[in-house]
Amino acid sequence: MLEIEKLTHRFGGLCAISDFNLSLQKGELMGIIGPNGAGKTTLFNLITGIYRASEGRMSFEGQELVGAPAHGIVNLGIARTFQNIRLFKEMSVLDNVRAAHYAHVKDNPLTALLRTPGFCSEERRILKRSQELLALFKLEAHAGKPAGSLPYGSQRRLEIARALATGPKLLLLDEPAAGMNASEIGQLMEFIAWIRKEFNLTIILIEHSMRLVMAICERLKVLDFGTTIAEGAPAEIRVDRRVLEAYLGEEVTP
Amino acid sequence: MNTPTITSRWTACGESILACRWILPFLLVVGGILSFVIPSQGLLNNYGQLILATVGINIILTVSLNLVNGYMGEFSVGHAGFMAVGAYISAFLTVKFFPYGAAPFYGFPAAVLAGGIGAAVLGLIIAALSFKTRGDYLAIVTLAFTMIVKSVLENIDAVGGALGLRGIEKLTTLPWVYFWTVSSVWIIRNLVYSRYGRGILTIREDEIAANLMGVNTRQAKVLAFVVSSFFAGVAGGLFAHQLQFINPSMFNLIKSTDILVMVYLGGVGSLAGSVLSASLYTVLLEALRPLGIYRMMFMPLMLILLMLFRPRGIMGLRELAWFVPKRDLDAVSPDAVPPPEIKRPLGNQPG
Repeated sequence: MLEIEKLTHRFGGLCAISDFNLSLQKGELMGIIGPNGAGKTTLFNLITGIYRASEGRMSFEGQELVGAPAHGIVNLGIARTFQNIRLFKEMSVLDNVRAAHYAHVKDNPLTALLRTPGFCSEERRILKRSQELLALFKLEAHAGKPAGSLPYGSQRRLEIARALATGPKLLLLDEPAAGMNASEIGQLMEFIAWIRKEFNLTIILIEHSMRLVMAICERLKVLDFGTTIAEGAPAEIRVDRRVLEAYLGEEVTP
Repeated sequence: MNTPTITSRWTACGESILACRWILPFLLVVGGILSFVIPSQGLLNNYGQLILATVGINIILTVSLNLVNGYMGEFSVGHAGFMAVGAYISAFLTVKFFPYGAAPFYGFPAAVLAGGIGAAVLGLIIAALSFKTRGDYLAIVTLAFTMIVKSVLENIDAVGGALGLRGIEKLTTLPWVYFWTVSSVWIIRNLVYSRYGRGILTIREDEIAANLMGVNTRQAKVLAFVVSSFFAGVAGGLFAHQLQFINPSMFNLIKSTDILVMVYLGGVGSLAGSVLSASLYTVLLEALRPLGIYRMMFMPLMLILLMLFRPRGIMGLRELAWFVPKRDLDAVSPDAVPPPEIKRPLGNQPG
């Protein structure tokens, strides 16, 4: 589904990602872990078109991603959330989700400016879909509130709801468990498993919480300083020497 | 925390007068009738009519600039430039093709429309610049644009150069001002409450996140700039045929600043605020005329006080319930019916 070959990205002299390869199958739930600054978020920024890769190829269902505009990539079916929540804070919860339907509305500027019947029926459809999404995420009671006024956990949920509103096939979750306590992480695990099934999603997860990653991911990739140092099932990663070194440091031999 | 929304206002007003949505159409019809009756029956003297027309023109300018500076969160100071383009194109057309008293009934609206379209084309260029340039830099670009328009007009002899264009017939009548004012507010309101409008809002909130949520931000920006500059051009056309004389230095930075003051006075992202502040500002400025030169001190003072006590303007991001489409109001009202039979896995999570 997602094919990445020899992806390399440099910021000036710094190589943020080097020679990254990935072949993702439909329906997979893959985790990417690594110490801070390993290049995980950069990878997401490259896939979603915020940065343009220095070298390498990326394709999604046969469509080339390198050089495509960010909104075009979303419309191919790749959506994401952000490590530091980036909701449209002053817009209402409902409008956050409605805005993410942008590409799915069939009208043109003229029908919108004149508010034709065709335009209104499209608006009704989008409104209904958005309300359903909000209800799924238990946010319908807050529909009219500014998104920035929601409590932290609800903002995280709204971010996922907003990402799903774009109609993705591949969902990129950037540290969804950041700032959550153990019981919240437990709920999040169930929740990710549920949206994966319900929305028929393929998911890539960036995470620091080993508990979460080890429990729900089928495959892991470990990054350190932009290079892939290990890949495999959680059980294998747990005992991989290079991974332990990256996280804990090398053993000093006397 | 001061983040009022449509809902807070809506619920605050409850069953009050704002819930009666038929009042707005009623007022519009009354206004339309008055716009014909006032001049024909002489209910107001010429001076009063002039102020009314100026209020209308200023509402068009303020609402259209609010689209770019308020809803989209850009900072354009080029509105006087667009206004100049509209004024000159329409005035040139009527002066050139319809000698005094010979304008057919469609002549004036066609000329104003042409002025609007001319301004919209230039708006397209500014929109393209705004893809790469934001914030302070866009302000400088639009400032340069205003200056360029002014110097170009000063150097075209066909429109009178620096001396200005004379002999424009007084074709701006109250019904026409009323028609364009209502249309501009209605169309911009329609835009704001559409997917493009929500796209425009997301640009203000977080442009990168907007892009990553599938919003074609370029399309939304082009639309906002084109609609905004179109109505600035229309306002220019009305202005020219009201004053019967225009010269390039009328459309300088001071004019742009005037419109900016009205936008920020009324509140960014609020149509009702713009209508209110444009009316207040115009009428107050006239009422203070006896103070002579000192009246110019009043407005800056008012702006400073406003920024200190109500930094988001009179209406700041809030909207009059009458201006919000019913569907959008109902969707966020407390007794909105949630879609039935939803299975969700979050049963035990706090709401």
